[in-house]
Amino acid sequence: MKFNIPIGPQHPALKEPISIRLTVEGEVIRDADLRLGYNHRGLEKLAEEKSWIQNIYLTERICGICSHSHSTCFVQGVEKLMEIEPPRRGVYLRYLVSELERVHSHLLWLGVAGHEAGFDTFFMYTWRDREVVMDLLEMISGNRVHYAINTLGGVRRDIDAALRKKILDGLAVLKARSEYYFKIGAAEPTFVGRLAGVGRLTKQRAMDLCAVGPQARASGVARDVRKDDPHDFYNEVDFDVATADTCDVLGRTVVRIKELFESYKICEQILAKLPAGPVAVKAPRRAKPNEVVSRYEAPRGENIHYIIANGSEKPERLKVRAPTLGNYASTIEILRHGFIADVPLIFAAIDPCICCAERTVDLIDARSGEERTLRFADLRRMANERARTLPLQRNVAWPL
Amino acid sequence: MAALKTILYLVVFPGLLFLFLYSTFIEWFDRKVYARLQNRMGPTHTGRSGLLQPIADFVKLMAKEDIVPDQADKTLFSSLPIIGLAVVITAGLFLPVWHIDPAAASMISFPGDVIILLYLLSLPTLIFFLAGWASTNAFSIIGGTRVLTMLFGYEVPLFLAVLSPALLAGSWRLAEIAAFYRAHPLLMLPNILGFGVALIAVQAKLERTPFDIPHAETEIVGGTFTEYSGKKLAFFRLMTDIELVVSAGLIATVFLGGFSGGIVLAFVQFVLKTLFVVFLLSVLRAVTGRIRVDQVVTFAWKWLAPLAVLQLLIVILIKGFLL
Repeated sequence: MKFNIPIGPQHPALKEPISIRLTVEGEVIRDADLRLGYNHRGLEKLAEEKSWIQNIYLTERICGICSHSHSTCFVQGVEKLMEIEPPRRGVYLRYLVSELERVHSHLLWLGVAGHEAGFDTFFMYTWRDREVVMDLLEMISGNRVHYAINTLGGVRRDIDAALRKKILDGLAVLKARSEYYFKIGAAEPTFVGRLAGVGRLTKQRAMDLCAVGPQARASGVARDVRKDDPHDFYNEVDFDVATADTCDVLGRTVVRIKELFESYKICEQILAKLPAGPVAVKAPRRAKPNEVVSRYEAPRGENIHYIIANGSEKPERLKVRAPTLGNYASTIEILRHGFIADVPLIFAAIDPCICCAERTVDLIDARSGEERTLRFADLRRMANERARTLPLQRNVAWPL
Repeated sequence: MAALKTILYLVVFPGLLFLFLYSTFIEWFDRKVYARLQNRMGPTHTGRSGLLQPIADFVKLMAKEDIVPDQADKTLFSSLPIIGLAVVITAGLFLPVWHIDPAAASMISFPGDVIILLYLLSLPTLIFFLAGWASTNAFSIIGGTRVLTMLFGYEVPLFLAVLSPALLAGSWRLAEIAAFYRAHPLLMLPNILGFGVALIAVQAKLERTPFDIPHAETEIVGGTFTEYSGKKLAFFRLMTDIELVVSAGLIATVFLGGFSGGIVLAFVQFVLKTLFVVFLLSVLRAVTGRIRVDQVVTFAWKWLAPLAVLQLLIVILIKGFLL
């Protein structure tokens, strides 16, 4: 007997609205289908109405977890458009926040993975320790979530020796805790048994379907903007791209824990050789007509901002490609032929940020692949029609 | 007078009221241990150290709107929580702890009561399955089938594990089994394997992590209970709590020598021994993650069942050569 199970738009496993429709036979998934568009906010259009400076704070609000990723990606691009070079100290501080944000995002993800696997103790522990890095970020920037530390031409706040010591102390704590998590992630039998072999994505398919971030790296594809197309800064610090070759959710967990250690390494190097000097230069109000593509390795994968300037105080166009969107294709592929019990794990393993990825307004017909844009009146007409014609049925029958 | 006494037994002690209060205390203990192991506080607000929190939860649920889905089988849907509660409370009466009448070891005691108790503890599983089916919700149905699938895994090991001490004691009567082990405390040791198997099987029967698969909220929302709300959900929760008490009591009777020494002493032993068993179950809940339903069945037949058979073999050998 086949069932259709809707996961979402509202579902306990999802923190944001998205709809996955699963066709299942018993516990096995035969088909999966993804529907987006429950969280479209019109941010790109709004960006065209705001000045360059205002847009930093707007892009920050694309996402709550990787807020710094979006604003840094945007600022990197605009600085290129404006042809200004932030001072060394400013750059170092900006990427210090980047790496700390990666730490907080990965710790958050570990907790979520624990929760999806029904291992709530792991969830409680990782989130408790995540408070350490949240406090560090608050001390540096003044905020826990939207740090607002970026500005055109540098950063807005400096750190002093006392804060530097606090950050180093915090990193030492986090390092010790992460080692413990690495042990749990590789040793606790129910947890490993639950993650290993789930959601297999071969290296070839990962490349074919343009997977990004830990999803790609866990399939052995060493794809990382920090190495492939880095900002100058990343050439000055020593770190490795963490990969795994198990191609499953366990690999994605291991990659993220390894990345934690790489981030600690980068943070320590930043603090060791933090250059003296100012943290920002003054930026012009206007950018010359030009276009730029800015790439940035967010905790979830490659983040792309495409910006067009028309010589005014506002951007002509801003296009955001968030990492989650890049991972949808491969996720749908690996959902098929899995178990229902694996859906939350597989879906959580891309660390989905739905509000980041909701950029599209076109409707795509699932059967014919036909693309069309609908007006609200049409939608209402369709909804009424559907309500009239929908047969009232019990979707399940008593088996005896 | 005798009729009045019986009604008092059924309604006040050791029946409805006592089991209600004690099961809320056990739930509080379970939640507190679980929370402390996770570096949290657990319930703190209602009553001293949050002792009244489970009762507050129950009262609150009772006051909530009670919805029966249009497409559900209404009679079945509404009657199952009450039947379930009745079943587990009846099971509670079989525990040989209620020394109100000095002549009788428990409310009801006869040869073979251990089988009846095991049977009464199997019924809730069937009730959960029926509750899932009667809801006609896709999540509930998957939850219900998971309940049954798991049953095929843990039920046989549980029966084998609980019956081997009975075999060693040479009695099918709970009070006599407990008395036997009180007389020969050293003979409790060979049953340690069965004790472990019974603990894990009871954890699965109570659908607690790592076996909380039928209501894994990240996969199938509320599972079996998705459509249940208000009073009916409150009854189901109370039923699970009482089932926890009775299962812990059963394990304590069969493996830990039961409860002896008059009303007061037996009651103290009952509290201590059930708390010990529930503590072990809570630790098991805290240190594991949820496994998949196919992994439960594989685990049960690969490990639990052979271990239970091994326990049976040990018991037979001891009985043959030593006794």
